[in-house]
Amino acid sequence: MTVRIRIALLAAILVVALAASVGFVWDVRQEQAADLAAAPAVSAGGDVAALRSQPHLVFRSTALGQGYGQVAVVPLSAPSGARAFTTISCERVYATPADAICLSADRGIVTTYKAQLLDASWAPARELPLTGLPSRARLSKDGSLVATTTFVFGDSYANPGQFSTRTVVTRTDGEVVGDIEKFTLVVDGKEITAADKNLWGVTFAGGDRFYATASSGGKTWLVDGNLSARTVTSVRGDVECPSLSPDGTRVAFKKHGDLPPGKWRLAVYDLRSGSETVLSETRSVDDQVEWLDDKTVIYGLPRQDESSASSDVWAVPADGTGEPRVLVGDAWSPAVIRG
Amino acid sequence: MYVSLRDRPGSDEPAGAGRAVKRVSSTVMLLGVVSLLTDVSSEMVASVLPLYLTAAVGLSPVAYGFLDGMYQGVSAFLRIAGGYAGDRGGQPKWVAVLGYGASALSRIAMLVATGFAAITAVVTVDRLGKGLRTAPRDALIAEASDPKMLGRAFGVHRTLDTIGAAIGPLVAFALLAAVPGSYDSIWVVSFAFAIVGVAVLVLFVPNLRTAAGTARIGLRRTFRAVAGRRLRRPLLAAGALGLLTVGDGFLYLSLQERDDFAAVYFPLLYVGTNLAYLALAVPLGRLADRVGRAKVLVAGHGALLACYLLAALPTGGIGLTLIVLMLLGVFYAATDGVLPALISRLVPAEARGSGIAAAQTVVALARFASSLSFGLLWSLRGPGWSLVLFAGLLALAIPAAVWLLRGIDRVEENA
Repeated sequence: MTVRIRIALLAAILVVALAASVGFVWDVRQEQAADLAAAPAVSAGGDVAALRSQPHLVFRSTALGQGYGQVAVVPLSAPSGARAFTTISCERVYATPADAICLSADRGIVTTYKAQLLDASWAPARELPLTGLPSRARLSKDGSLVATTTFVFGDSYANPGQFSTRTVVTRTDGEVVGDIEKFTLVVDGKEITAADKNLWGVTFAGGDRFYATASSGGKTWLVDGNLSARTVTSVRGDVECPSLSPDGTRVAFKKHGDLPPGKWRLAVYDLRSGSETVLSETRSVDDQVEWLDDKTVIYGLPRQDESSASSDVWAVPADGTGEPRVLVGDAWSPAVIRG
Repeated sequence: MYVSLRDRPGSDEPAGAGRAVKRVSSTVMLLGVVSLLTDVSSEMVASVLPLYLTAAVGLSPVAYGFLDGMYQGVSAFLRIAGGYAGDRGGQPKWVAVLGYGASALSRIAMLVATGFAAITAVVTVDRLGKGLRTAPRDALIAEASDPKMLGRAFGVHRTLDTIGAAIGPLVAFALLAAVPGSYDSIWVVSFAFAIVGVAVLVLFVPNLRTAAGTARIGLRRTFRAVAGRRLRRPLLAAGALGLLTVGDGFLYLSLQERDDFAAVYFPLLYVGTNLAYLALAVPLGRLADRVGRAKVLVAGHGALLACYLLAALPTGGIGLTLIVLMLLGVFYAATDGVLPALISRLVPAEARGSGIAAAQTVVALARFASSLSFGLLWSLRGPGWSLVLFAGLLALAIPAAVWLLRGIDRVEENA
């Protein structure tokens, strides 16, 4: 082959490669635009401020098109009806009658994350420290304590525990209680000092008490924590992302059991009797569940049938009976507010 | 870009009037371009893979960690096979084509791969391709270069390679911004880059018949050349130093534990290291040619030692974090291209690919062992203590390496 032929060949390959990739991306772009236009619009409506005064559900709306990622509100009396949009966009949101916490991402070449405390009318009140990918957010019932969990990824197989979380508790009036991973962790009476310990998924239990997940050496525990004593003590093994029931008697959680990596079943642990009930939801749930009332838990599930970025909020009875059902379509990160 | 990599006339020491400006061979430049395109392609995929697996496929970070292990682990052994195959056939170019081709095809396979097993298989093919191509490519670089300028030749190649690695993630995230959530677009564009890279390799890189081609030495003689006297001490030194080389992931993690700047910009820390590497690969390669490759190799580990000590300090700040990243870049610039340059002059030409492969495999395996043991130590005693321990051991290993490598720089000059 002469040099000229080889140059011509390379030029041809370049042109084909360029045309094919530009064409493909262009095609996807057109398709996405068409999908967006064709997406069944979720019915929007209602007054955000008025909804705040009755029992309602706050969530991240994941309906394609306008309002994607924005926080929306529906009355608990009609959760599948029209939703009222706020102007706030969050990856993860939680709310109480008094305030709300919003973890958001500025996507770009460098994605940065921030945590904002919002007042009862969704106006930003305070910025909280946040590093890494937002994972969980919780407020105490009275709105005075906030906990955020983020992933700070490790990037090698041999990294301790393969991943690293940060869970920071802050009092909404100012004091940063700090990273609860620095608290003293006691498992079965022994203090764990291993540097691979991680804590995440806080649920507040009133006063200075809280429950959370602790992990070390590939095991996880439900831990009972105390903010003023700065301790966390194991209650039970194989519990992730606990959520305390409104009456304070049970904890709903993700149970790994002997499932493949990255799969969990939902279960409820009764703090009084020590009994565990596996719920009738058979799909894997990776979310910190929320209690709709003392009998029902709700959680987000990504749509599995299509490659869309949407998800739905499902509800299932907390006693292991019944069937899961969609509570709010195109929604994620629910918070129940009963005033 | 090519122009700036040539010697600027003013930067060369005046070694007498009328001396031609020395240039890196066009084969090295072409291989550099191939690596650049391939690295754009592979870093595009690598940078979105964690996102894709956790967000689109729904794997947890734990499962991703496992996949990442596959990623690191599989290629080490295939390197030797690639090096030997290149030597044995005397046509390292076609072994390299096979390796680059396999990686390119793995991109397009991502379009149809769904589920953990399929994606693991595809990622493994990509890594196998990388393992296969590295040694024959480095043998080609050595074959095409003036022995006195090997350090620089490898420096130029690694610079182009790193430029590609820096561009890849930018292309990927720009694409994700243009067509949100369309990972298929990433695989397609990545495949296009890879194919153009393979085309440059096939069409323009000369099929240099290495000395190995005429000798056609058997497995036994290759083994003797690789395990022989001249390589034994450098391999031992490289292995000992590799055992104390902590993966950058750990260093970045320890930086983010003490410093909010490092934590917020955690995903970007490697860019700082790459920039330093980019700026220094050629100068340090040239320095290695001038003062001795073994000296620069050992001095690079001195930078690593300083890195450990600074990262082990209980408190940090932006300044300290940047210095650690820079030192890490110095370490890679002083070792990554310098090692094959050093080794390739120590083995007979007919076993060059195998020799380079052996050294790279020793280093890769030693570093893997180092990461495992460091990970364990980290879990038990925390990052600071572990880093200080590794720094102490490295402080002992460096003089040992100096002793093992004594006289090597002279030997290679006579080779």
